[in-house]
Amino acid sequence: MNRLRRRRAALQLALGLAGLGLAVIALGLGDYPLTPAQVLAALTGQETGFAHTVVVDWRAPRVAVALVFGAALAVSGALFQSLTRNPLGSPDVIGLSTGSYTGALVAVAWLGSGRLATGGGALIGGLVTAGLVYALARRDGAQGFRLIVVGIGVTAMLHAFNLFLLMRLREEVAMTAAIWGAGSIGLIGWDQAGPAIVALALIAPLVVACAPGLRQLELGDDAAGGHGLKVEPTRLAILALGAGLTAIVTASAGPIAFISLAAPQIAQRLTRSAATPLLASALLGGLGLLAADLVAQFALPVAAPTGAVTVVLGGAYLVDLMIREARRLR
Amino acid sequence: MPLPPIVSAKPQLGRRLVALVAVVALLALTLLASLAIGARAIDPAEVFSALTGGSASPEAVATVIGLRLPRTVAGALVGASLGLSGAIVQGLTRNPLADPGLLGVNAGAAFFVAIAVGVFQVTSPATYVWFAFAGALAATGGVFLIGSVGRLGGSPARLVLAGMAFGAVLAGITSIIRLSNRQAFNAMVAWEIGSLSNITWPAIAGTAPAALIGIGAAVAVARPLGALAFGDDLAQALGARLALTRVTGVLAVTLMAGAATALAGPIGFVGLMAPHVARWLVGPNQPWIMALTAALAPTVVLAADIIGRVAAPPGELPAATLTAFVGAPVLIGLARRRQARGL
Repeated sequence: MNRLRRRRAALQLALGLAGLGLAVIALGLGDYPLTPAQVLAALTGQETGFAHTVVVDWRAPRVAVALVFGAALAVSGALFQSLTRNPLGSPDVIGLSTGSYTGALVAVAWLGSGRLATGGGALIGGLVTAGLVYALARRDGAQGFRLIVVGIGVTAMLHAFNLFLLMRLREEVAMTAAIWGAGSIGLIGWDQAGPAIVALALIAPLVVACAPGLRQLELGDDAAGGHGLKVEPTRLAILALGAGLTAIVTASAGPIAFISLAAPQIAQRLTRSAATPLLASALLGGLGLLAADLVAQFALPVAAPTGAVTVVLGGAYLVDLMIREARRLR
Repeated sequence: MPLPPIVSAKPQLGRRLVALVAVVALLALTLLASLAIGARAIDPAEVFSALTGGSASPEAVATVIGLRLPRTVAGALVGASLGLSGAIVQGLTRNPLADPGLLGVNAGAAFFVAIAVGVFQVTSPATYVWFAFAGALAATGGVFLIGSVGRLGGSPARLVLAGMAFGAVLAGITSIIRLSNRQAFNAMVAWEIGSLSNITWPAIAGTAPAALIGIGAAVAVARPLGALAFGDDLAQALGARLALTRVTGVLAVTLMAGAATALAGPIGFVGLMAPHVARWLVGPNQPWIMALTAALAPTVVLAADIIGRVAAPPGELPAATLTAFVGAPVLIGLARRRQARGL
């Protein structure tokens, strides 16, 4: 037990340091390359010239957004995976991200493109989708593969509906919405990143507060109820928090798939714990999204949307996960 | 080859014939509607005279013969190919959730076509249809392999999930290839989103032979596939040649799904929906299911295309969008059924 805890602490430290290190490197990359020393000087205010503008005003929002949004998606995935007791029960697989996007599109189409409207639309869209998928999958309990197949079906319907909405929007609105729909964090400045990061920061303590309840629920509903936990309210609260995290990210960056699926799973394997580790997932998610964004920007022949890169990497991971799982069961 | 006995076939024959006639009549109506309905509606009588070289106005002739006829022929061909591929995949895998779109076959074909266009600068459908075949075959193989390893292997939901994961990877890479070479793909916007709106006669001529050979192979495996439904041992006892049936089936799926995707882009859920509606109408008899599917699936694709023409003016919704919107609930309904194995 102690050794596992030490292992987890060491891992969290390593992941945190790796995230910070990659962030410094990312801040130096671009058309105006900077060494890590220059980046640090710009960040600490020793350097105030052009380098400061490049690092703090241009590149920092993107890097901060990658770290924070990645962490939020990963925690959202960890919450959903724990609740459904299924690695594939994560919000991107069961259609929550697509539903958030639908909600935001509906808000843009009928309420105008205010941030409150899109944010609210994304939140409501995500929650309604999550509720719908659970309701449809519920039959002798919403378990396992049925949940996922229903999620795939609902996602396909929402995709079609999103396209319909995009065609009905005015052209300039539709263009913006389409770029956003590919899942891109490159277009976000401080004015957009700030409120989203604050909103996520407000949810974080609530997640921490819910964590003990989550651990009890992992033992099974009966055991948790026996320990005096109010099972259904706790479950609902955790669902709402998970959906909220994904919705806030989707409202500002569009649907970014597979971070919420992969990060908690990898974190669980690395920490070798039975439960889904929240902090390690968050750190890994931030690191993962930042890395995916760097690949999208610099490692490909063209600058691609971040979402396209996470889909490829995450989808490959899912394929690998299925093969391993099957081997283990053989 | 001796055939499986069809229990209580006779009382059902009348019902099945009625269903077949009704479905074919519906297809005929849809074909006519596809020629008549669009941004400019044309009277059915005028459509008829345009087709037969009668006294229709020149604009009507141009619209019907020049624009809507190739589109209608393509829709019928794509629909029949996708529907029959779905029926065969469902029969081969004994998996009610199987559909070439869900299993990633269309995504595989689309991926290889994107490589052909983006990397090898191929622009004619008659050429990139070969890439579509290769992609369809590779994806079919890949998905079956992923979905069938281990003890859980081959369960319906697992195959769907494998198809989704695989399809997501391929679609992501496809979108990156597309972004890296925008000019090459400019002419293919309609294809990417699964629309029938820009299909020309040369494209149909380039892909139709493969689709027709595939449909012929599908007809040939209909009866042995029916025997497979009883399980491998019983099918063998009934005289079905398992390996031959499987190979012919996979080839037919590859040809049909590849040709359909090369022609119209990735269109999903048709291969899932049509065979299930057919089964609901005629009961569990593979040859009858496939006969009805061959008429139902083109109806579905053409209806989707027609609705797409008028649903969101001034633009057009791609047929693939509407088939997904109507077909996804079928998937959900099937997943909710208790009998779906492995769910």
